[in-house]
Amino acid sequence: MAEKSFRLDIISPDRIFYTNDVTMVEYNTVDGEVGVYAEHIPMTQIIASGRLIVTEESGQKTAALLSGFVEITGEKVTILAEAVEWPQDIDVPRAQKARDCALDILRNTEDERETAKAEAALARALVRLDIAGADTE
Amino acid sequence: MASMRDIKRRRDSIQSTQQITKAMKLVSTVKLQRARARAEQARPYFDKMYETIQSILSKSEKIDHPYLSSNGSARRAVIVVTSSRGLAGGYNNNIVRLITDSGWRPEDTDIYGIGRKGVDALERRGWHIVSDDSDVLGEPSFSDAAAIGAKVLDAFAAGEIGEIYLAYTRFKNTVVHVPVLLRLLPVEREETETDGGDGLLMNYEPGPEEALDLLIPKYVNSTIFGALIEADASENGARMQAMDAASGNADEMIASLSLLYNRARQGAITQELTEIISGAEALNG
Repeated sequence: MAEKSFRLDIISPDRIFYTNDVTMVEYNTVDGEVGVYAEHIPMTQIIASGRLIVTEESGQKTAALLSGFVEITGEKVTILAEAVEWPQDIDVPRAQKARDCALDILRNTEDERETAKAEAALARALVRLDIAGADTE
Repeated sequence: MASMRDIKRRRDSIQSTQQITKAMKLVSTVKLQRARARAEQARPYFDKMYETIQSILSKSEKIDHPYLSSNGSARRAVIVVTSSRGLAGGYNNNIVRLITDSGWRPEDTDIYGIGRKGVDALERRGWHIVSDDSDVLGEPSFSDAAAIGAKVLDAFAAGEIGEIYLAYTRFKNTVVHVPVLLRLLPVEREETETDGGDGLLMNYEPGPEEALDLLIPKYVNSTIFGALIEADASENGARMQAMDAASGNADEMIASLSLLYNRARQGAITQELTEIISGAEALNG
């Protein structure tokens, strides 16, 4: 079990969200889901909304990571997150409302930009609901 | 010499003003502590953001990206962050002066105001106010900043404006607040001293151009958010200082008026005594 660990910092605009030594971090980027181990090549990636899984020696932690970017350098990984929430911090009623609102817009609009905006909002709401464990039907 | 009653009335009035300034000082001290804590917590994010943008730019000299060059429009947009309330010393005035002394012509400039005081002052001087988002002040949230950012980026993308500036007060410490005028877009490139000092070659996924496309709006939004937070701390710092000075001045005035009052009272007593004595002497005489 002697997996190599590396330093992970997750910084959001209002605080340092998480900082610890971890063995793996998984998240969703605009190019698809990725997992990063220690000694990854230097890389900057743009985050798409999705599930963030942090693997520490003692277990896994999950959070909703909605937007931001990741910088991987030789010895550490920094996630600059515009929005990141632990499951217990997610505002479920608000996410449900956002989902319904987005669905409503998608049904009624033809405008391309509106559609793109609503799709992004819908994706965020679904990720939040998924991670909070609320029913998503 | 003014009468005892006049002096007393004046002193009482100053005393009640002083109570207000003292209370405001206390309130802004508490608010300052909170705002400063927020500003300090937020700083790592902006430093990292700035660092990343600059490191992408320094490693991609040849990139010709719309966000990096002016789109030819002569208009410029300025996001002006002031406060919505006065009694903060030179806080609002310094920002307004920063704009009026910039040498820009009011007719070529769009003002995106945040804070009533700045909006009112600039409007009076004939500047063109596009929007007024004063209600985001107080406890600025990231989504407020993102909404303002989206507004200016839309105008930039549509070619209505060629440059975006941000005017706000940087919070250095409790007593030093510096009004700054910062160019947001096109992004300013820092002169790179030691190119990639650590010899790391950064990869971008997607490519550097797409990464810039996505990163720069984030950069703009977070810079606006940072400005709002720093301005909030500066405002409370400035108000605390101004109210401290006002309370001190009131103390001084009260002291000198008390002296005058006592002198006038003593004068009145002396005069009364002289009158009684001379009256008695006249009777005995």
